Amino acid sequence: MLNFDHAASTPTAPDVIRTMAEVMEAHSGNPSSIHRGGEAASKLLERSREVCAAAIGGVKPGELVFTSGATESNNLAVKGMMLGRNDGKKHIVTTAIEHASVYESCRQLEQLGFEVTYVRPEADGIVSFHTVLAAVREDTALVSVMHVNNETGAVQPIAEIGRQLKRLHPRVRFHVDGVQGFAQLSLDLNEAGIDLYSLSAHKIRGPRGVGILYVREGVRLFPLFSGGGQESGIRAGTENVAAIVGAAKAFRLAAEGRTERAGKMNALREMVVAEVNRHAGLRLTEPKQSSPHIIHFTFSGLKSQVILHTLEELGVQVSAQSACSAKTEKPSRVLSAMGREHEEAISGIRISLGDEHGQSEVRQLVKVIGSAVDRLAPLEGRKR
Amino acid sequence: MKKYDYLLLRFGEVTLKGRNRARFEKAAVEHVRALMRPYPDAKIRREFGRIYVDPGSEPVETLIPILQNVFGMTSLSPVRAVQPELDEIIRAAGELIEDMELDRETTFKTNVRRVWKDFPYSSQESNPLVATPLLKRFSLLKVDVRNPELELRVEIRDKAAYVYGEVIPGVGGFPLGTNGKALLLLSGGIDSPVAGWSALRRGLELECIHFHSYPFTSEKAKEKVIDLAQGLAEYAGKVRLHIVPFTEVQTSFTQMGQDNLMITLMRRAMLRIATKVAEREKALALVTGESLGQVASQTLPSMNVIERATELPILRPLVMTDKDEIIRLSRKIGTYETSILPYEDCCTLFVPKSPTTNPNLRIVNKIEAVTPNLERLIEEAAAGTETIELLAGGARLRREAAEAEAAIKQDWF
Repeated sequence: MLNFDHAASTPTAPDVIRTMAEVMEAHSGNPSSIHRGGEAASKLLERSREVCAAAIGGVKPGELVFTSGATESNNLAVKGMMLGRNDGKKHIVTTAIEHASVYESCRQLEQLGFEVTYVRPEADGIVSFHTVLAAVREDTALVSVMHVNNETGAVQPIAEIGRQLKRLHPRVRFHVDGVQGFAQLSLDLNEAGIDLYSLSAHKIRGPRGVGILYVREGVRLFPLFSGGGQESGIRAGTENVAAIVGAAKAFRLAAEGRTERAGKMNALREMVVAEVNRHAGLRLTEPKQSSPHIIHFTFSGLKSQVILHTLEELGVQVSAQSACSAKTEKPSRVLSAMGREHEEAISGIRISLGDEHGQSEVRQLVKVIGSAVDRLAPLEGRKR
Repeated sequence: MKKYDYLLLRFGEVTLKGRNRARFEKAAVEHVRALMRPYPDAKIRREFGRIYVDPGSEPVETLIPILQNVFGMTSLSPVRAVQPELDEIIRAAGELIEDMELDRETTFKTNVRRVWKDFPYSSQESNPLVATPLLKRFSLLKVDVRNPELELRVEIRDKAAYVYGEVIPGVGGFPLGTNGKALLLLSGGIDSPVAGWSALRRGLELECIHFHSYPFTSEKAKEKVIDLAQGLAEYAGKVRLHIVPFTEVQTSFTQMGQDNLMITLMRRAMLRIATKVAEREKALALVTGESLGQVASQTLPSMNVIERATELPILRPLVMTDKDEIIRLSRKIGTYETSILPYEDCCTLFVPKSPTTNPNLRIVNKIEAVTPNLERLIEEAAAGTETIELLAGGARLRREAAEAEAAIKQDWF
């Protein structure tokens, strides 16, 4: 079975697994303890923070909070920014295509009386920075826009939004969900005026269960977990030291290999794109700018699940929508927001590339797509 | 091709003229050498009262912020070295101006100096020959020979012509160590590292002394102070840190039932120990981070009583400086983040609720006279100091050693 679902999760790098096993074996201290065992664990934690800060670039170690994953990072960024405010600001600008952890956090805040504007993307899945900025109001406290859409791979104009935001509304905070695309695209957090930035380790060959939230110095958040004051009091709970060390290594490797990886994946992506374009029934989703690791298409009229299972029978794992919403049979929120009809919005397929993919794997994938379309095209025709 | 061939370091006329010139120059070169130790590729050359640093394979952008910290240096410039030919000079000058990405009208003049007399044009003839094509090419340049924003300088020598425009200010002061050696009382706070930096900048060679009261103060507090001293070593190239075992002296005062004088007694004991260490290390003064009125021990009456415990001059670079300004400097020199880490140092131990701001010297003298074994404890503390030598760029090595000791492997990261 070939796995082409790396946007959902990536195989942990062997070096990361070895590191974590060694750390777990040698260190069982709690970083908050003040005896030697605790201090060793604390050293590991702080060193990891430095390595992650260097991998992100232009940020200080003290600005990073380790979390249990990007879902927590996004929850903390969005809710932490809005809860406990006393300046009366109650408005968020986000997009209709955010990951569920941002989107549902906003929905929850709406129940508490906050107001949210969900900016719709253009037809190609990219939001216009004009539209985002136009949605900012007097009482806007937060703008949250993802870097790369997890379903379509569409790269959002983060730098433009951030720059204009800082120029026109310097008091509004800017959160970016950077989970997808960290391993492929570089992003200068300072230049893009980003105040909060979420990352996940398991998307870049690190362990599951570790996320990062970058919190720019001076930005205050209302903690969602209370307790022993870990992570500068922003996120209580004993840190998962071994996994954090492994994650630090994974972030470093991801950042170091970025340019080479992007080049390689772009070439592979072209091969898949060519195959998708060969079939009249498949409609390639073509954002003006796409992350090298995601190819998305629709097969109008057929439910994603049917396509997905056919591909699986033929030996290839891909994904419908995002992993986090794959089990619902509802049309994709992202595709609907892009203005796609119901028939199309239920039929999205995402193929995502990883480090272990080369020409031969992609050639096999291309062949499987061809066979699947041959099998499914007649069914699709009959249904119409 | 690399963009710049040299960094040119200039020194103030005050420091580099007169009888001290040779000594000052030597100190400055040694300081540059110490700061460049982590960059073995960089080559250092002294010439006509200036220092040239050839960055080797290092980008000048990395070296500039480091070399800006050469004490006594007034400014530095990235320099292009080209063949001493008119065309080459104009081309290099054009590239320099291009890099500045002018976005508004900028006043400008050229300043060509012909040192090599075989160059076909005199200094005076050369100026228009260089300036005219540049003015033609860059429409935003406007001539102003009196007060130009951009002065493009060209120095023509027989082996090369040096072309430069950008002048980056240095920190000034005196070359490192040219005013002798002093001992800095380094606590874990914000002020003392700033005082240390100010002393270094003013041409003092520094050693640091810290008072450690284990187990009342933690290993982390000690590490923090080592980190602060390391921060100073990044400026000085090298700093020695003496760590004094202070527990015995400090606890001996707690028995005396004079809690409100605790800090006065403690500070006086520190000065006595520091004086002994200073004498041993041939330092001629003590430096502290005291700022008038900041805390109980820094009121004028307190300073008066405390200072009498030593015969060495006490230099207080920050004595008239406001806290805001000290914090600003602390951030600038990069010690602030370490200074605010929340580990207790010995000065915050056994602190009474209301320490006196107006100690009585007579009573202090009396208490000291009856504190059991005080003189011996002070001798022992001074003799028992642990000395650590910190070198610029040594933070990594030191940390790796500490990590190895804590069973942390480098290849995990």
